[in-house]
Amino acid sequence: MPLKLTVNKVVMTVDAAPDTPLLWVLRDVLDMKGTKYGCGMGICGACTVLLDGKAVRSCMTHVSAAVGQSITTIEGLSPDGLHPVQVAWEALDVPQCGYCQAGQIMAATALLAHTPHPTDAEIDSAMSGNICRCGTYPRIRQAIHEAAGAATTSK
Amino acid sequence: MRIDRRSFLQLSALAGGGLALSLYRTPLAAAQRAGAGAELTPQTFIKIAPDGVVTIMAKASESGQGMRNMLPMLIAEELDVDWKDVRVEQAELNEKIYGPQFSGGSANTPQGWEPMRRVGAAGRQLLVTAAAQTWNVPVEECSTEHGRVLHKGSGKSAGYGELAAKAAALPAPALSSVKLKDPKDYHIIGHSQAGVDTRAIVTGKPLFGIDVQLPGMLYAAIEKAPVFAGKVKTANLDEIKAMPGVRHVLVIDGGITPAAFTPWEPGMEPGIAIVADTWWQAQQARKSLKVDWDLGPAVVQSSEGFAKKAAEMLQAAPGTTVHKYGDVDAALKSSAKVVEATYEFPFIAHVTMEPQGSTAHWKDGKLEMWSTSTLPVDGRGLVAKTLGIKESDITTHMVRSGGSFGRRLQNDYAVEAAWIAKQIDAPVKLLWSREDDVAHDPFRPGGTVGLKGGLDAQGKLTAWRHHLVTFGDAKHSTSGGGIGGDSFPSGFPPAYALYTSAQPLMLRTGAMRAPGDNAYAWVAQSFLDEMAHAAGRDPLEFQLELLSNKKAPWSSAEHDAVGDHEPTGQSVLIPERFKGVLELVAEKSGWAKRAKEPGRGMGIAAWFCHLGYFAEVADVSVDAQNKVTLHRVWAAGDVGSQIINPRAAESMGFGGVIDGMAEMGQEITLADGVIQQSNFHNHPVMRMRQAPKIEVYWLKTDYSPTGLGEPTLPPVLPAIGNAIFAATGKRIRTLPLKKSGFSWA
Repeated sequence: MPLKLTVNKVVMTVDAAPDTPLLWVLRDVLDMKGTKYGCGMGICGACTVLLDGKAVRSCMTHVSAAVGQSITTIEGLSPDGLHPVQVAWEALDVPQCGYCQAGQIMAATALLAHTPHPTDAEIDSAMSGNICRCGTYPRIRQAIHEAAGAATTSK
Repeated sequence: MRIDRRSFLQLSALAGGGLALSLYRTPLAAAQRAGAGAELTPQTFIKIAPDGVVTIMAKASESGQGMRNMLPMLIAEELDVDWKDVRVEQAELNEKIYGPQFSGGSANTPQGWEPMRRVGAAGRQLLVTAAAQTWNVPVEECSTEHGRVLHKGSGKSAGYGELAAKAAALPAPALSSVKLKDPKDYHIIGHSQAGVDTRAIVTGKPLFGIDVQLPGMLYAAIEKAPVFAGKVKTANLDEIKAMPGVRHVLVIDGGITPAAFTPWEPGMEPGIAIVADTWWQAQQARKSLKVDWDLGPAVVQSSEGFAKKAAEMLQAAPGTTVHKYGDVDAALKSSAKVVEATYEFPFIAHVTMEPQGSTAHWKDGKLEMWSTSTLPVDGRGLVAKTLGIKESDITTHMVRSGGSFGRRLQNDYAVEAAWIAKQIDAPVKLLWSREDDVAHDPFRPGGTVGLKGGLDAQGKLTAWRHHLVTFGDAKHSTSGGGIGGDSFPSGFPPAYALYTSAQPLMLRTGAMRAPGDNAYAWVAQSFLDEMAHAAGRDPLEFQLELLSNKKAPWSSAEHDAVGDHEPTGQSVLIPERFKGVLELVAEKSGWAKRAKEPGRGMGIAAWFCHLGYFAEVADVSVDAQNKVTLHRVWAAGDVGSQIINPRAAESMGFGGVIDGMAEMGQEITLADGVIQQSNFHNHPVMRMRQAPKIEVYWLKTDYSPTGLGEPTLPPVLPAIGNAIFAATGKRIRTLPLKKSGFSWA
């Protein structure tokens, strides 16, 4: 069934069963591999994307529920990889295996959008839905603070 | 450079962590043998474009330990180029020209340190020779810097790009003959270099095994029996074939006969493969499967049964004497005080963030594989054997994976993908669901340990009796369940005995980050802490005194008794290094002046494995509901003279601590042969809010650099357990924590 989606500001029509998880439409229909599968039950955060700016688990979101909303994935976070969160992640070399990091970055972006200068407690609360099996949490925390600083100074 | 017998022995020893962990060592040793005849040349590893851009081949698999950086950095340093001018390219599997290509046992650093630097130095020598010949000046008068050759006398200089074509055509020098840099001149080694894939990761580029995409590719999912190696009797295959998107439904007979000892890579598990236009369609079709399974003999297994049997075996005479000296029973009898305890640790699963999967394409009698295996040479052999094809007809592309922790040393998923590809004559990507990944993991095997320790009237350790009940048959311990005769504190107490007994296990097990050591460090360092408290002494002081006791060096007969060893002695615990990290971590954590208050405590522990020494101090608080908060961890490591990529090394330290913490809360259990856990909600890993502050310190010593993936992890478990004791007076002798009445806050 054709569905009209807005992904990274581009309107596209996809053919998928309406109850297909958005994750699998992004990955296997639209060939956007940045968003990752980790658990399929919304508890690891690897599949995090933004729907109208809000972080959601795309593995638990039916593609039909995303119709009419603005979907932002890691590929669309910035045209050049220079979103302050991406810059901070790269500057601190956050990833180890790297698999969860797209989800971490999308969650951090959503956090910083409504809390530009988060405390450690606010970071804990916003980021504890995103698992990192390699244990990059200290670096993620540092990178969020760094991105928060960059966001301030660049404006 | 040929990998000679000495290097082989070194690798064999270090890959096992303990000297006799043969069931982990064997597969790595096989990979080492496969690459043993390689003649490494600079031309194989280094390509220089006319514009001076240098491409360096990364030979090892990458699953997050930074091997794509570390090994190329060694080459780039001695080649004498700037890291910004280097591009790293992943090599395909071809151990004939690259040497051993695996990432396991923290082996890439010690194994690559010398040969990779020599490859770079040989490349530099070729470029210098090319320049000297062009300018008709003596080679000795030429120098290099920043990717250029200079001749001071004439003022001539040329970029490597200009010289590359000529240099590549020169005969490669013997690697043993090239001169290496003085470490004080390093400008890449010892300087933090960002991960070569970091930009691609933060921008969401396809990079991982799950991201492989081929024209006309289909997707596969496999339904397996709920019990290990259970077989398909009948199933509604026709109904499934008619479901949306489904192209093929294939019954896998598999090749596993359940027995008391389940070997490393036991073969394909039986099941039903569903191949569809999308993975989601394959998964949806799975939900409609109705299968009548022949569950087989493993259906009788349960955690309850294992525990009962282990308790019986602990009381009986041990099956095997791994190592002993002195008369431990007599020494215990004459001790002023004897402490007795039983420690139990559970099975746990790897749960890599990227579930297992693989892509394969069978065409015209040849197989192409895109594999996330960290031991791909093993995978190629298994695929050839399972499919009945020649290894020479298989091409293996090594793809970055979303974590391994030992999981991807086994190649079960790769064989499955290859088998499906051969049936359907089309490219296919197999992906396991998370539930598949948990249920069919090669688990870290559980174990039960009976300990007896003796103290004399002065509070000194007199004897240590250690009986590990693991799994296996009379001749073999299950993969990841063996223990080395050199396992600490072997060699230190005046009398010592290490015994094992094994009960049958029809289940796949394997290597988990710091295999064996991830459990044995917790057992030995917790019990040592118990002994120190029983002696009324400070645990650090007690351990430092014990470390001064070692008969050093061991006699060669004692080495032989515990397995082969590396001639420099680096693979045998060196007490000064063990003491060194303990003293450093004590200083950094303020151990001597630590506050002692109810509900809050610090614990200390150290371990040696995979050639690395780590000591860690944990600072915990425990609330009225026995919820444990880990506030802070100090880690001190000695991995030799050089930290190659400092920030990445520190990250490994962070990861080891957080991973070790998670292991204290995890448990895989069986009932009627069925794994009871399925996903992150019942096999949890740590989350951001639980991550402590971590400080990592390095003790630089004169020894050759060694790896970091494994040795960072083991000490944190006993450090936390000992801290909980300091805070509450309650000893954690059973993991997971909840079985001792505690849980993570």
